[in-house]
Amino acid sequence: MAVIVDLAVQGVQMLLVLLLAPLLTGLVRKVKARLLLRQGPSLIQPYRDLARLMRKEVVLAENASWLFRVIPYLIFAATWVAASLVPTVRTGLMFSWSADLIAIIALLGSARFFLALAGLDVGTSFGGIGSSREVMIASLAEPAMIMIVFTVALIAGSTQLSTMAAFLVSSEVGLRVSLGLALIALIMVAIAENARIPVDNPATHLELTMVHEAMVLEYSGRHLALIDLTASLKLLLYVSLIACIFTPWGLVPAGAGAGTLAVGLTAYVAKLAVGGVLLAVFETSIAKMRVFRVPEFLGAALMLGLLATLLLFVSRSF
Amino acid sequence: MAPVLWALACAAALIASAPIAVALGDTPQARPAVYGICLTASLALLAIALLALLGVSDTTSVATLPLGIPWLGAHFRLDALAAFFLAVVNLGAAAASLFALGYGRHEQAPGRVLPFYPAFLGGMSLVVLADDAFTFLVAWEFMSLSSWALVMAHHRVADNVRAGYVYLIMASFGTLALLLTFGLLAGADGGYAFADIRAAHPSAMTAASVLVLALVGAGSKTGLVPLHVWLPLAHPAAPSHVSALMSGVMTKVAIYGFVRIVFDLLGPPDWWCSMVVLALGGVTAVMGVLYALMQHDLKRLLAYHTVENIGIIFIGLGLALAFKHYGMSLAAALALTAGLLHVFNHSVFKSLLFFGAGAVLTQTGERDMEHLGGLIHRMPQTAFVFLVGCAAISALPPLNGFVSEWLTFQAILLSPQLPSWGLKFLVPAVGALLALSAALAAACFVKAFGVTFLGRPRTPAAAAAQETDRFSLAAMFFFAALCLVAGILPGFFIDALAPVVQGLVGARMPVQRGVEWLSIVPIAESRSSYNGLLVFVFMVASGMLAAFAIHRLASDRLRRAPPWDCGYPDANPATQYSASSFAQPIRRVFGTVVFRAREHVEMPPPGDGRPARFTVDLRDVIWDALYAPVAGGVGLAADRLNHLQFLTIRQFLSLVFAALVLLLMVLAIWP
Repeated sequence: MAVIVDLAVQGVQMLLVLLLAPLLTGLVRKVKARLLLRQGPSLIQPYRDLARLMRKEVVLAENASWLFRVIPYLIFAATWVAASLVPTVRTGLMFSWSADLIAIIALLGSARFFLALAGLDVGTSFGGIGSSREVMIASLAEPAMIMIVFTVALIAGSTQLSTMAAFLVSSEVGLRVSLGLALIALIMVAIAENARIPVDNPATHLELTMVHEAMVLEYSGRHLALIDLTASLKLLLYVSLIACIFTPWGLVPAGAGAGTLAVGLTAYVAKLAVGGVLLAVFETSIAKMRVFRVPEFLGAALMLGLLATLLLFVSRSF
Repeated sequence: MAPVLWALACAAALIASAPIAVALGDTPQARPAVYGICLTASLALLAIALLALLGVSDTTSVATLPLGIPWLGAHFRLDALAAFFLAVVNLGAAAASLFALGYGRHEQAPGRVLPFYPAFLGGMSLVVLADDAFTFLVAWEFMSLSSWALVMAHHRVADNVRAGYVYLIMASFGTLALLLTFGLLAGADGGYAFADIRAAHPSAMTAASVLVLALVGAGSKTGLVPLHVWLPLAHPAAPSHVSALMSGVMTKVAIYGFVRIVFDLLGPPDWWCSMVVLALGGVTAVMGVLYALMQHDLKRLLAYHTVENIGIIFIGLGLALAFKHYGMSLAAALALTAGLLHVFNHSVFKSLLFFGAGAVLTQTGERDMEHLGGLIHRMPQTAFVFLVGCAAISALPPLNGFVSEWLTFQAILLSPQLPSWGLKFLVPAVGALLALSAALAAACFVKAFGVTFLGRPRTPAAAAAQETDRFSLAAMFFFAALCLVAGILPGFFIDALAPVVQGLVGARMPVQRGVEWLSIVPIAESRSSYNGLLVFVFMVASGMLAAFAIHRLASDRLRRAPPWDCGYPDANPATQYSASSFAQPIRRVFGTVVFRAREHVEMPPPGDGRPARFTVDLRDVIWDALYAPVAGGVGLAADRLNHLQFLTIRQFLSLVFAALVLLLMVLAIWP
């Protein structure tokens, strides 16, 4: 019986992240529009976009290879698996032990690796520019992320997200310098990884400033729908991750009843909404930076992460 | 008969086939005969090694042959460590021989490759089997010189001559360091058998000198920065199956030498020794991948990337040394397992990638990525296996490269318990370097695969490429499958390493075979676990589910059209991103410091018909700072001493007399 419940929870979690992801993207867009005194598209517009794109035919470049057609499914699968392993409502997910936080980061790395290859497949200059800038950003964002993982893992004594969340919610961790540094670094990395302002602009149509959009320029129809869905999933994953590590309140421990689960779900949705609104406010209040300022931005994140880890190596109480 | 004798018989068969190759000469039977013998002998050696490693046959067997120095004899021993490295060597050797059955057909000078190839294989196996310093060094030199001959196979290419020259110097230098290492280990009494060395207890000063010398000796063979300079020259110069062996396997033989000397023969060294190893490992990892990113020669890129992976292995070994010194044997076992697993993993995917580069080279005649492109359409199977290799070496789950890096990260996370302050500061920095090198490796292989196989062909040669032969494909598919198997079922590989690790640090990682769902759990399940199989199954299932749902419920229509490219597609393949332009952002971020990269744009004024020019100036700082002064000094000294050749006989005799008097005086004054 317990196994069935666990399995059901894991299945619900997988569906939950998939269903909520476009809503979060819609929320960010809506809030951004309202802040700019525009009406903005409806909250459920991303769902409509996805449905429309899925029904359209794919227009494939003549010299696109089989890899180009496989990659949308591949990156979707990697990101979905990663997103469904981050505790959202309940800790102790059935398969959470199959990949720890380092593996989740690496799964996102796999998705990026293949998306960057997709940018090079058709052999256009825009695809190339997007890919080469994406790997430059990733080459700094990924080590910064690993350093953040180190920090949290050293405090919690585990790289398992479920154990981490359970530890952080149950014990008196208190305010810690290293956690504060890690939070700032994680937010910086999350902004870069999700191609948000100031690193990249998800709504841009000015070609020379594009990174993510340039890589996926040749995609259309259902392939593009999957890539958009993957981007939404990734945003949701990072917001869930920040929520799970730094605001673990409301996370339901394994084996809780239905009432507690409902509270947990409400808390999670509220956290997502707060995260989305904060992101929108941040994006509206800042200008996009030049591409070659990005390394400084991410280098700062890397140094913050390294500093946080170093503090923990020096003393367990920082 | 003891397993070690069987192994020696196979190695002898390999060496004996060198004269056979000479006898067969340039006849058409020579190639299948030699590579066939090599394949069989390597498979036999692999079987012997695996039986010993998995404990089916005697784990430790020794033999003494009446060869070499009369009062010493030649000692050989097959223990768990030797068995593991023998397996790695011969797995690579067997696959390379299979590959060469097809690849060798394109060899212009088979007479320069066939005799040395089996000798090289035999030499590598003998190094691993040797159980006394003399045999070890003879086998080591045999391996070095036969591989040097293979590097010089295409000696009419000017670059190869320089590669061979640098390799010869560095190999001699490394052997000199090893010679001194064993001299120190054997002590004044000259106990050169490994058993005697193990029983001796060197002083702390001697132990430290031995460690540094072993690091120089093995490091120069394995490509530790700053001793890596020969590696990116020599590895690509050899025929591709030999490149695969040199990069994937010979570097591992050198690591074997280091592990054998430092973990087995030498007693526990000082705590700071592990810091040297760790720091060198971290620097090597990042420098190697940065060098690789700047290359546009496919084989040279792969060779530089070997340097990076050697760094990762040395990080594991350094951590193991530190943990061992402080008596944390479980953590030491984890770190050492991570390092050794990466030895195996790297030998698999690096050989695979060199095979792929070889296939590209034979089909297009090009190693320069700027002249390739679009090969995924012409060589789909090669492209697929090369992609698997690229993903594995970039440490992407669920393939094998990720597992060993994950284990290394887990070992790093145990290191706050180390009491030494130096290590407390160094280890997090090394962790950051490791993470940086992993991320840069992914960038490097996006470039390698993307520019070579994707996009549009940049030259007619690339456009006319054909799929490579069946032997080559078989070897590559075998290794690609191994990358996946080792990635999704790492527990079996970790268990197989247990006797090796047990012998070296006195503890082993927990048994993985019984863990539920075939996960791997390095320390405790609440701490960390990883299940490659489940991740793989989940990824396949969710990808298939998405594809099925979309094709079934939404649309599966597809139309081919010209590329969009924001409305301005250009038919000229030169408008694509090239290898250098792909690396430009990273060159700008890291290269300005590390390589003193300078970009020059030469823009003619309006009305001037000349084309604009863009040049990049990269300096190899390590060469400039370390090797150029030494080479300059040697050249200067040679010039000065040159006139000694033109003395008269009278002057020569007085010179000899003066030298004699001087030496006698030194002897007289010597206390």
